Amino acid sequence: MKHFIKAALVIGALTLSACTNADRFDNADAVDLNAQNGLNTPVNIDQTGLGGANDPSSPQFFSQTIGDRVLFEVDTSTLTAAGRATLDGQAGWLATNSDYLAVIEGHADEQGTREYNLALGARRANAVREYLVSKGLAASRIRTVSYGKERPLEVCSAESCYAQNRRAVTIISIGQNS
Amino acid sequence: MMTKLMTAIAAMMIALVSVTAAQAQEPLRLTLRDGVIEALPFAIPNFQAEVAGSEQMAADISRVIAEDLNGTGLFRQIQSSAFISTPAGFGSPIEFADWRAINAQALVTGAVAVNGSQVTVKFRLYDVFSGAEMGEGLQFAGTTDGWRRMSHKVADVVYSRITGEAGYFDSRIVYVAETGPKDDRAKRLAIMDYDGANVQYLTDSSAIVLAPRFSATGDRILYTSYDSGFPRINVLDVANPQGRQQLTTAPGDMAFSPRFSLDGRQVIYSLINGGNTDIYRTDLATGQNTRLTNTPAIETAPSFNPDGSQIVFESDRSGTQQLYVMSANGGEPQRISFGNGRYGTPVWSPRGDLIAFTKQESGRFHIGVMRTDGTEERLLTSSFLDEGPTWAPNGRVIMFGRETQGENGTTALFSVDITGRNLRRVSTPQGGSDPSWGPLQR
Repeated sequence: MKHFIKAALVIGALTLSACTNADRFDNADAVDLNAQNGLNTPVNIDQTGLGGANDPSSPQFFSQTIGDRVLFEVDTSTLTAAGRATLDGQAGWLATNSDYLAVIEGHADEQGTREYNLALGARRANAVREYLVSKGLAASRIRTVSYGKERPLEVCSAESCYAQNRRAVTIISIGQNS
Repeated sequence: MMTKLMTAIAAMMIALVSVTAAQAQEPLRLTLRDGVIEALPFAIPNFQAEVAGSEQMAADISRVIAEDLNGTGLFRQIQSSAFISTPAGFGSPIEFADWRAINAQALVTGAVAVNGSQVTVKFRLYDVFSGAEMGEGLQFAGTTDGWRRMSHKVADVVYSRITGEAGYFDSRIVYVAETGPKDDRAKRLAIMDYDGANVQYLTDSSAIVLAPRFSATGDRILYTSYDSGFPRINVLDVANPQGRQQLTTAPGDMAFSPRFSLDGRQVIYSLINGGNTDIYRTDLATGQNTRLTNTPAIETAPSFNPDGSQIVFESDRSGTQQLYVMSANGGEPQRISFGNGRYGTPVWSPRGDLIAFTKQESGRFHIGVMRTDGTEERLLTSSFLDEGPTWAPNGRVIMFGRETQGENGTTALFSVDITGRNLRRVSTPQGGSDPSWGPLQR
């Protein structure tokens, strides 16, 4: 959960830096963008276009409220019922917020050889992509990348961690729909 | 006598030498105890400094030769404190009785001369029990910064004369150097001597890099990089690591697990398209791509046999990862692995006789070998996570990556001989994974 919040904050910070220029801060020294109260304090920052977790069009809403990831069983790329429900939410959000593009990152846990896990991560990312496309999203808006077992979120060598690492994460960014 | 010695050592290197065979070699005292083979004792008096100021270099070269031989597990150095006499000078008559008395079976003598930036190394090898020189004395000359290579070359000749097989000491390893915690690993390509000396970094850690593979001549390296944001295959020139080229693949495709053909003109690799991983071959000059497998299963980790006519690879088409052999042009493959568990990352031995692989069974990982038809499977290692075998150029030793369990898990390179003996950690400055063993250098 700690990682989850951190990831959401990083996405918020990245979006902020992508949408604003440094000279839009009244006092750049006064605000720590990575501190939680910094993101929620409107005093020194023009937050137009950023919003918070309560703004349904915000990236935070996407990652926190809808959920940016789905988890998989060992050595499978089959979407679970919970996964499909999350993806229904993602599809709806992406349909509404049509200026966002998505990259689906597929990941595997450490139980497996490097090559196989790269291929497995690609299967997982593709399962998500195909589901989103089946819900009416343009295939051109969604790319996939596999990290195999290279980017674990949780580091213990136990099922409690493995379950969090067997994931496909939808990373959204504002881009041109080509 | 020399033939007998060679035969004895050659036999020693095979997994299950019968006790009868060992007894037949009684004069050489290669004894088997409960299947464990006693290493051959050898003596290497410090090489003589032929020119004043060469003493340190002479000592260093002698030490590296001894380390090479000791490191095989087939030889055991006799410490100099046990020596009864030392040769008066290089080429002086050898008092074989003095060496027999301390049970040295092989004796290496040598001399080193440093002149400015040039160094010359001369050596001779003796079979102590027959009191005869094995082969002619040899001399290597080069620059002083190449002294380790010259030491390895001497050790390769000694190894080769005693075992009847090519050595592997004057060779290099390319691998992935790893630093940082498990959830924020930084990976760089690194190249080093086979024994971990002279590490140099070929890439920075700005992008994930995986699974480098030497060309047969050792002058180029294929590897997988995320420098484009997606896994793609790069080729780099060892002499000019900045000059790298990306293998042409269609936008949106991911490519990984490359290997060169023997002539270095073709690359076999895995391409992911629409979530499905198949094996392709591409011609580096023309960019022409040929698809070699075409199933909805995961096909990856292709490796050529030594003559380039066949490819061994892994596929989960049966439901789990298993090993298959197909023609280098594709076509219907033959499954060769049938044991319990999952088999991956097959690599054909440079001798052509064996295939090394990673096996997962009951939550453990193993490095193993089998005949190319899948028979005579033997597991050489067992740990929480062993993977990615690579062969020494003589096909006698396998190096691989080992990762330890848990949140503080670390990676390291290990080697083991094909009998499963002599498991050793390879010295690297940081963590290491995905080794690829290059050819003997010229």
